[in-house]
Amino acid sequence: MEDSRREFLKKAGVGSLVGLGVVSAISVIAEKTSIASSVGDAAADASGTRYGLVIDTKKCIEDCTVCSDVCHAIHNVPDHRLPDGKPDLKNEIKWIWKEPHVNTFPSKSGEFLSDDLAKKHHVVLCNHCKEPPCVRVCPTKATFKRADGIVLMDFHRCIGCRFCMAACPYGSRSFNWKDPRQADNLKVIGKDTGFDREFPTRERGVVEKCNLCAERLAKGLIPACVEKCPGKAMTFGDLNDKGSEIRKVLASNSTIQRKSELGTGPSVFYIV
Amino acid sequence: MYDTGKIVTGLVIFVAIVTFPIWGSIGGPSELPKPVIKESGRCIESAEFMRANHMQLLDDWRNSVVRDNERIYVSETYGTKHDKSLSSTGTSLVNSSEEKKSCMSCHSNKKEFCDSCHDYASVKPYCWTCHIEPEEKI
Repeated sequence: MEDSRREFLKKAGVGSLVGLGVVSAISVIAEKTSIASSVGDAAADASGTRYGLVIDTKKCIEDCTVCSDVCHAIHNVPDHRLPDGKPDLKNEIKWIWKEPHVNTFPSKSGEFLSDDLAKKHHVVLCNHCKEPPCVRVCPTKATFKRADGIVLMDFHRCIGCRFCMAACPYGSRSFNWKDPRQADNLKVIGKDTGFDREFPTRERGVVEKCNLCAERLAKGLIPACVEKCPGKAMTFGDLNDKGSEIRKVLASNSTIQRKSELGTGPSVFYIV
Repeated sequence: MYDTGKIVTGLVIFVAIVTFPIWGSIGGPSELPKPVIKESGRCIESAEFMRANHMQLLDDWRNSVVRDNERIYVSETYGTKHDKSLSSTGTSLVNSSEEKKSCMSCHSNKKEFCDSCHDYASVKPYCWTCHIEPEEKI
């Protein structure tokens, strides 16, 4: 009797050790395959379309805000204002805007920067990364990478956790702390003045960002910022298409990407 | 027994209140909503199908448009093409002008059409927190 009890405990101990080992092995393998599949999706896109932009900062006119004005108007981006009429920076929503050179390229603005560049502001927007960190962290898959390389948001599914905002190294995402329809430019909804009825607004508690004009691309139009740029500073196209205009521009110019050292693979290129 | 009168009266009132749902509905159910459609003609599918399945259809549409960029719906009943669009008009990808419509092109009276049933059934879809309903002239 004494023996069998001892045997039982031994077997139970060995059995539970084996069981634990198998469970942890399975979880490690499962994790590896899930990472591999998310990376694999992006790699598979190399043969398909990958939309991108080249921004020629030499042609971009300082103090010009046409691209962001047009974008924010057609996408009903709220323009929150403080009571004194100044922009409400805490609640600011940005799809495309301008940043100083040193903030746009912090890792590429070394010593002895030219005066021109030190003063220059560049157009920045979502980089529609090849390996988008925002997509990786989104717990609801509200943000995702479409087959044509556009990093899109499904606002229906966004729960407002803001993981994507923490993950995005470019600050391309804005959170609706306030009801967007309370903004001065969208208050008029229902009275048919000054806003675009064709594009939905967002609601309070969701994150939003540039959609590379997915709704215009579907109609065969190019993104509004590219179309309306008065300096013709932006080129839009398929980065995977060797014959495309954007590839010609990339081939004939020296370009840089924002924070490319992070491995995000930005699809927005700059001629500086 | 003390206070027989009070107790019996109280019991009668209690039973009357408790059984209110039974005798209260003797006059028949409350009036069913009658959604008003402003524009005559047919919908993308039969009225019976739309009545039963519009919510599923809209859910499928939003997923396929946002996720898969598939923006045209082919009617299973009529074989016609339609934009998968709740509220935008004039952004049609379909070439025929008579089909350049969204749901709200015909059902432009949200209050009399959508809300009449949704209020009755106490359903609160959150379409209009983002999508912009057509302007209604009342």
